[in-house]
Amino acid sequence: MTYDAVILGAGHNGLVTACYLARAGMKVLVVEKNDWIGGAAVSRELTPGFTYSNCSYVASLFRPEIMRDLELPRHGLQILPYEGGAVLQEGGGYLGMFRDHDANRREFARHSPRDAEAYDIYSRDVLRHCRFIRPLLLRTPPDPARFRPRDMGELLWIGKQVSALSEAQIAGMVRFWTMSISDYLDHYFENPVIKAYLAVSAIIGTALGPMSPGSAYVLLHHYMGDVDGNIGAWGFARGGMGAITRALASSLRSSGGEIRTGAAVEKVLVKGGRTTGVVLEGGDEIRAKRVISNMDVKRTMLRHVDEADLPGDYIASVRKFKTRGSSGKLNIALDGVPKFPALPEGSTALKGDLHFTDSIEKMERAYDDWKAGHFSRDPFQDVMIPTMIDPTMTPPGKHFMSCFVQYAPPKIEGRDWTDADRDAFGQTCLDQIERYAPGFKNLVLHVEVRTPRELEAEVGLTEGNIFQGELTFDQLLFNRPVPGYANYRTPVRDLWICGSSTHPGGGVMGAPGRNAAAEILRDAKLSVRDMSDAWAVL
Amino acid sequence: MIPQRHYEKPLRETPFHPRTAPLNRLQNWGAWAGYMTPSCYGDSAMEHTGIRNTATLYDISPMIKYRIRGPEAADYLNRLTLRDAARLPVGAVHYTAWTDDAGQVMDDGTLFRLGADDFRLCCQERHLPWLLDSAWGFDVTIGDETDRIAGLALQGPVSATVLAAAGFDVSALKPFRLATFPLSAGEVTISRTGFTGDLGYELWTTPEDALVLWDHLMAHGAPLGLVPTGTDAVMLARTEAGFLTTNLDFIPAQQALREDRTRSPLELGLGWMIAWDKGPFTGRRALMAEREGKTSRWALVGLDIPGNVSAEGSILYHGKRREAGFVTAACWSPTLKRNIAIAHVAAKYADCRDLWVEIYALRELQYHKLMLPVTKTERPFFAPDRRRATPPGRF
Repeated sequence: MTYDAVILGAGHNGLVTACYLARAGMKVLVVEKNDWIGGAAVSRELTPGFTYSNCSYVASLFRPEIMRDLELPRHGLQILPYEGGAVLQEGGGYLGMFRDHDANRREFARHSPRDAEAYDIYSRDVLRHCRFIRPLLLRTPPDPARFRPRDMGELLWIGKQVSALSEAQIAGMVRFWTMSISDYLDHYFENPVIKAYLAVSAIIGTALGPMSPGSAYVLLHHYMGDVDGNIGAWGFARGGMGAITRALASSLRSSGGEIRTGAAVEKVLVKGGRTTGVVLEGGDEIRAKRVISNMDVKRTMLRHVDEADLPGDYIASVRKFKTRGSSGKLNIALDGVPKFPALPEGSTALKGDLHFTDSIEKMERAYDDWKAGHFSRDPFQDVMIPTMIDPTMTPPGKHFMSCFVQYAPPKIEGRDWTDADRDAFGQTCLDQIERYAPGFKNLVLHVEVRTPRELEAEVGLTEGNIFQGELTFDQLLFNRPVPGYANYRTPVRDLWICGSSTHPGGGVMGAPGRNAAAEILRDAKLSVRDMSDAWAVL
Repeated sequence: MIPQRHYEKPLRETPFHPRTAPLNRLQNWGAWAGYMTPSCYGDSAMEHTGIRNTATLYDISPMIKYRIRGPEAADYLNRLTLRDAARLPVGAVHYTAWTDDAGQVMDDGTLFRLGADDFRLCCQERHLPWLLDSAWGFDVTIGDETDRIAGLALQGPVSATVLAAAGFDVSALKPFRLATFPLSAGEVTISRTGFTGDLGYELWTTPEDALVLWDHLMAHGAPLGLVPTGTDAVMLARTEAGFLTTNLDFIPAQQALREDRTRSPLELGLGWMIAWDKGPFTGRRALMAEREGKTSRWALVGLDIPGNVSAEGSILYHGKRREAGFVTAACWSPTLKRNIAIAHVAAKYADCRDLWVEIYALRELQYHKLMLPVTKTERPFFAPDRRRATPPGRF
């Protein structure tokens, strides 16, 4: 039997592609090396009664257009907006975050009356950038070096968007895309804690520090999502991030698609410049008219395709594609809610994200450790307790804490991570939390520590890079992943890439998977009834 | 007794007011049948999330409640309403509606059978003259008990867990069934009913025990995520569920100024509830004629609209030009991530083919006109399995 499409990897993008193709009538098979599905949008029970969001842990970027098209809510997906959050300062103070505009302004004003009002101007400016970039998310980036009619058409379309902007706005946009978040925030704010809070989105998942040029764009990437139209807001997937891929799998099966777990790909078969299917580890061969890889471009091309079947310059570009890992993760089962003495009783801060990095300088110093090949001694942590909102992940009264940690390098001083390194890394993070929540460690029932080593080994993310390739401007749009191949194609005919290595990049967004499906369907002269274009922003 | 100086406070406080008032941090009150209830306690999006994620308390005390008692109560209700009240078992509830003699809907509501000869009718509008006039020849007594019953809606996927924690075992209670439990010196009646399309219950007690009930539920429910919710969030949930609201989705016949504003149950998609064979009932002749002559003028439909701009109050067009109907309720549904609407369309456009909606999208003070194709879609829009599961799930 020959499948119309075999998809390599049951991550969110692979499943999104599979769903659209199956809905267009293709015979689709998804193969997944692990015994479970989800890739980096996964929920697993590693200790009885506790469900973790093992990798990604919050939702905002996942396109609601995709949720609608694929009927994911009907297949059980619920996104829960969250409220609150705080930066805990050294010495006992804190800056809280509130959904209510005036409450938030007054909270900022406790730290700086000027910055409290500057925040509205800053938000307006960032939203302007969002309005420009959001429609690009659900379009294949045009290649300015080629003169194919579609590229020309898309370039004209972008040109039209740009021509609607003032000179000042264009200048501001280019500055924003290229400058460091530290410099950018200095244009608006004076207070170090407020700046430290706002800089967070610019470093998450990125091998850059807040003072590195290009980090401001990363902030935009994290800001352009929304929860129910609330731009920049974040939420939880009810049941953990695995709920997203579970709903996708259910949607896929309802339209006739198949998923095979415990099926690792050994090799993509290529004959006469065209793929004919894959061979699995163990020798099973799957024939398919097209192969679509949800793995990152490096893993796909350098591990599973014969070098002889690829042009030399393409391989060289893939090798140079930056995938440096920068983060680790702790997933913790807790016996109760930790007490943070700095926060008032009943504070909503615990329902949002907690940070302990109260200045950009501290954040940059954490990055300095990464540059020297160490994990940060005083790391930046994005700490959440999803079970403050989600009743489904633990028994009542117990909690799941997710700690996203930066920085953790792909290698320790050039050598591989050891178990001892991983344990020391985990201990550093636990110690930091204990400093702000005395007694916290006594509540810990189980910890899963993940460094770039575990992310690569288990999820398959090269060097543990959570975005399947860094989100620096040199690796965006038509340069992602390789110039000339930003349209989800590869030099091998009928071999496609649909993961976060492609435009518009990482995060649990689904847009690369959806755009890849659009290109594949166009190529196959098929269509699908529901494939929404980007919805209006504000 | 109504005090002489009642006019100084046109909006009365419900029995739960001493609890809802301090929680209403925005002091955002709405008027409901002469009472004030919170429209939003602080954040409607979070309150709506509560309805779909954990559990919520919503004060439904202002709902109009009539008590109908007597040996011929079931016969009377069978004459009055569209469904077969005689087949409603004791301890059960059904959703029903009633019409005037011309078969035009006067209201919809829930009918509770508390005993063989004892019913409660809950609804949105006031109907005392109609109910009394309809009772001619029946051995029944009818009284308004709106002020004597305090009501709380406990809705959301964790609501059964909250009740269990509070000592009310409802695990065997099926949808549209009720049970009574002791509470303080009195009792509370719990029905598995609601207006959100999700797992949920409604709790009924006396005004005297209202605060005891609230405090008891909050004490046991808050650790499980129980939060109060205002009307704004509930109305969003009801639109997602596709439920009708009197005076928002249709004009009750007894209030219609323009004769063409009234609707028959067939025109409101309520034809399924008519028990044609139960014997005579008010409006039967007119409805039979409508059904046989296929003379329905309107159809009530659920619509799916592209994009994310709510179509509230929009007009529908056939072929983008000819007016074909109008939207009565709409939202971009946060639960479904879909833009949905309840609409009346002229009968000949009931299939909704080549139907378009004209939406005025307000963007920074300026309206942008959108003309979008609509797709007829099933209603309820949102109907998770958990709403029906017995025993109900933990969340």
